[in-house]
Amino acid sequence: MKAVQQTVLYEQAMDPRFLDEVYGIPGGEKIKDCIQCGTCSGSCPVSWAMEETPRQIFAMIRAGMRDQILDSLTIWTCASCYQCAARCPQEIKITDIMYMLKRMAIRENRQRSKKAGAFAKNFVEVVKKYGRNREAELLARYTMATNPLGGIASAPVGLALFTRGRMPLGGGKVRDIQGLRKIVAKAQELGGEE
Amino acid sequence: MRYAYFPGCSLEATGLAYGESVDAVAGPLGMELAELPDWNCCGATAYLSVNEVLSFCLTARNLAQAAKTGDPLVTACNACFTNLRKTEAYMAEFPELKQKVDAALAEGGLRYDGGVVTKHFLQAIMEDVGLDKIKSMVKIPLTGLRVAPYYGCQIARPYGIEDDKDNPVLLDRLLEALGATPTYYPMKTVCCGGSLMGTREDVALRLCRNLLLCAQQDNADCLAVLCPLCQINLDAFQSAVNKSYGTNFNLPIVYFTQLMGIAFGLKPVDLGLQRCVVPATGVTRFAKEAR
Repeated sequence: MKAVQQTVLYEQAMDPRFLDEVYGIPGGEKIKDCIQCGTCSGSCPVSWAMEETPRQIFAMIRAGMRDQILDSLTIWTCASCYQCAARCPQEIKITDIMYMLKRMAIRENRQRSKKAGAFAKNFVEVVKKYGRNREAELLARYTMATNPLGGIASAPVGLALFTRGRMPLGGGKVRDIQGLRKIVAKAQELGGEE
Repeated sequence: MRYAYFPGCSLEATGLAYGESVDAVAGPLGMELAELPDWNCCGATAYLSVNEVLSFCLTARNLAQAAKTGDPLVTACNACFTNLRKTEAYMAEFPELKQKVDAALAEGGLRYDGGVVTKHFLQAIMEDVGLDKIKSMVKIPLTGLRVAPYYGCQIARPYGIEDDKDNPVLLDRLLEALGATPTYYPMKTVCCGGSLMGTREDVALRLCRNLLLCAQQDNADCLAVLCPLCQINLDAFQSAVNKSYGTNFNLPIVYFTQLMGIAFGLKPVDLGLQRCVVPATGVTRFAKEAR
């Protein structure tokens, strides 16, 4: 016999403050204007790989389904191509709301944020160190953080790039790195995020 | 004309050939590219996933450095370009954000109050140099070369270039001026997957497969790109696409500046064409035949 499943969400399970968090980012209050037309989902080149399409995510945000969204693979499928934002008839900054959801999931160390979170965090670490992204170092750090053994699978690509001079081991560095680090420290303090 | 030139991090590594070919064609076009003093990473798409204020501060630092030069700012990378334009727009639109950015920049002794004109290198060529001058410089017309004009995504979006957003044509016009034939390429602004190649490879591989297939369907000899991330995804991961989908794509992925250089009679090695993972023999043969 099939187990009985709950198919509706009770009001207690919703987080009414979730919407306020979205209002907090620049232009975030425009989410109120969403008419659920689905232009975002239809325009998205990767909605086929998402668990919920962008249109569904917006309905879920307004319903306060915080946990379901932050645990969804959808936010990690967004490639930030801005096609949804370009076409939204209500001019909602959809890509930036996706970025916000990514930040929240990384900050809360949600299970499915680990891979993309490791990529983003290591990117930031490399840039804090040099002021610039050294791609070889980022790749090494990211591989070590996520999949040290599986890294061998991507070795042919790395080798192809290395032999063509496209993976230099060193790289450029900002001269006024102290000044840059002061800016970074202040920005992190004001951004209220890690 | 003089520009503050922002190469961006990729043009020093995986996109080295882009930097080499930009340098090679700028001189002959009469464009003086003075490297932006002490530039830093634009943040790509990663920073916005960690800290919003920080991502705008990093880009604003570059804008502040550019403002000091008084020259227009030019970059060849779609992601750098988008972040610069977006920061400019956000600082003008959201005073609260600007206050935070101002406070952070002040810690580093900098300030930015807007006003820098930022252009993509393609745009600077088309607007400031013009097609007549480009045509006059063509020594080896790329006659018969069928090129899929791929713009990439962010350049044709809200913070993108001044061109049609659904069907941009600047690159098509430039390719024609070089004597090449732009193919019918309806996917010209569809995303390549960007950094998903590192985090969700299966998704990015399918996007690249679609882009390669679309180029093949109108018999492209090569595909021209404007962005270092598009180049690496379509070029270095082309064999991974073939492995995943049982295809046998063998399509050279070249920067538009490399095609310009060949048409101007420059040597392939000076344009970094030997750095392509998929050999660009269909393009370099023009240089060989001319000799």
